[in-house]
Amino acid sequence: MIATPAATLRGTGVPRVATGVLAVALFVALCGGLLSPHDPNAFSGIVGMQNMPPSWAHPFGTDGLSRDVLSRVIVGARISLGVGALSVCIAVLLGTAWGAVAGSTDSWLDDLLMRVVDAMLVIPRVLLLLVLASAGPMSPWKLAVALGLTAWPPMSRVVRAQVRAIRQRDWVLAARALGASRTRLLVRHILPGVMPHIAVAATLSFASVIPLEAGLSFLGLGVRPPTASWGNIMRDGADRMLDTWWMLLFPALAIIATVAAFNAVGERWRAAVDPQQVVR
Amino acid sequence: MFRFLLGRLAQSALVLGLAVSVVFALLRAAPGDPLSGSTLDATTAPATRELLRRQYALNRPLLEQYAHFVGSALRGELGMSLSRGRPVAQVLRDVVPNTVLLMGTGLFLGILGGIALGAWQGSRDTRSSATSARVARMSERIGLAIIATPEYIVATAMLTLFAATWRLFPIGGMVSLGVHDSLGPVARAGDVLWHLTLPALTLALIVGAGVARYQRTEMRLVLARPFIRTARAKGVPEARVLVHHALRNALGPVITLCGLLLPSLVGGAVFVEAIFAWPGMGRTMVEAVTGRDYPLAIGAVIVSSVLVALGGLLADVAAAVADPRLARGRR
Repeated sequence: MIATPAATLRGTGVPRVATGVLAVALFVALCGGLLSPHDPNAFSGIVGMQNMPPSWAHPFGTDGLSRDVLSRVIVGARISLGVGALSVCIAVLLGTAWGAVAGSTDSWLDDLLMRVVDAMLVIPRVLLLLVLASAGPMSPWKLAVALGLTAWPPMSRVVRAQVRAIRQRDWVLAARALGASRTRLLVRHILPGVMPHIAVAATLSFASVIPLEAGLSFLGLGVRPPTASWGNIMRDGADRMLDTWWMLLFPALAIIATVAAFNAVGERWRAAVDPQQVVR
Repeated sequence: MFRFLLGRLAQSALVLGLAVSVVFALLRAAPGDPLSGSTLDATTAPATRELLRRQYALNRPLLEQYAHFVGSALRGELGMSLSRGRPVAQVLRDVVPNTVLLMGTGLFLGILGGIALGAWQGSRDTRSSATSARVARMSERIGLAIIATPEYIVATAMLTLFAATWRLFPIGGMVSLGVHDSLGPVARAGDVLWHLTLPALTLALIVGAGVARYQRTEMRLVLARPFIRTARAKGVPEARVLVHHALRNALGPVITLCGLLLPSLVGGAVFVEAIFAWPGMGRTMVEAVTGRDYPLAIGAVIVSSVLVALGGLLADVAAAVADPRLARGRR
């Protein structure tokens, strides 16, 4: 009997702090503008309100256009996590399909598919994304697609290895003896067992996509202003980083906390799913 | 060993050829024409546009374009840079050594430091003192925090603290402008080293944190094996047990890992170079992209893929030297 992913992963004792961080991040991303104390794109209109250090009225200070940084970080959460979520979905779909096909055949097709994965992994991902960005300005949607298109290769490796392992099991043989088709074997009998591994890979992939999106926006090649993302808030503060440290520190903390939380959850799940791969 | 090397070389060549194809496929799959986003704008005469399309063979059938792309990439002809008016290969030849210097220093320091730190952390057990165990745990947590921190944040923090606030190091560039050329050869090297310190340390910190994490896991696995108990029972001094028996056996997987870290490290170097204004390939790449210099950007991607493939090859050979069983067929 294959345990469902939820059953495998439940009770693994995910670190509480990490769960808390992710819950807060999700809440903020979903509520967005409802939580922000000011309009994230409004100039306060008062002369001399640019680049104000943190105060009670503006706990994270204001930026060079007198916008409230706290509000921008809150609204930016939706873009940063949303782009991340969409790109991870794309990567999961592509990676699972690619890995499942490669894993369920012994023909030359498996070799070909995996060599393409090797090739994808040789090209540094940031550079590939930069080339895609050079074709023109990217909307958050396009950015998510580009991130997803470059995130699937590691996932397909995980899926292929698991499909190969599960293919040898008795229940698969039994189903085959009963005359189940290849597709049915894969979808009903093999993939459910791969799901926990996909969940782990997706969580860790989230942890790698968020800093990438922020990094591209930081370089001015990702999410375009005035739309706020954690990366482009930092970019706004980077020119005069000593005078405007609050524009760098707070979005940076948001990125680090989210990434660390995703890493912690992913590693804990991996320990439950794949005890031999534990890295502490 | 020779057969292993030959096979590994052939594999790298195949993967690189495929990588060039993948770049081509992704570029064509992406919306827009390579020229639509380039230096051309609405005012460009249709005739000029047509001329450029012909020059880059964009008016040809897809298959022919592909053959053209792969062929010229294999011959090392990467076209003309739109923004600099020089061949892409020449532009890259000027900047690649700087990137290799930066990444080489960062990798070297990071790998050495990471292995030493990880081996020490992994060797802390119930028999070590409470203080050293506490320090080890603390350093593990700091390492995990560094792993969760993107390169550009580490780089910005280093720049803010060590260069802007305490003024210990220059805020960017590779040489002191205006002064460098009048210096003697030794002072020149010192000048470059002084500029190299912060960006290289940034990379070393990130590499080191990752390597240490794997090294301590491997170390713990090896220390739990029976031959370690045997060595201790024979009365082998503890230092020798740790270095000769444990570390040597724990090293192989970590060396392989260093090869696998390379692609993300090259990506990280892009941010580090952009932030420290280091005149390397990453910064050139960012300039090419912001300046819509398409041929230069593609050239940089291909050259960096070659570097990554070479690095991976090197790591595999090093792992095979450390553990000859790897070279003899199945792992």
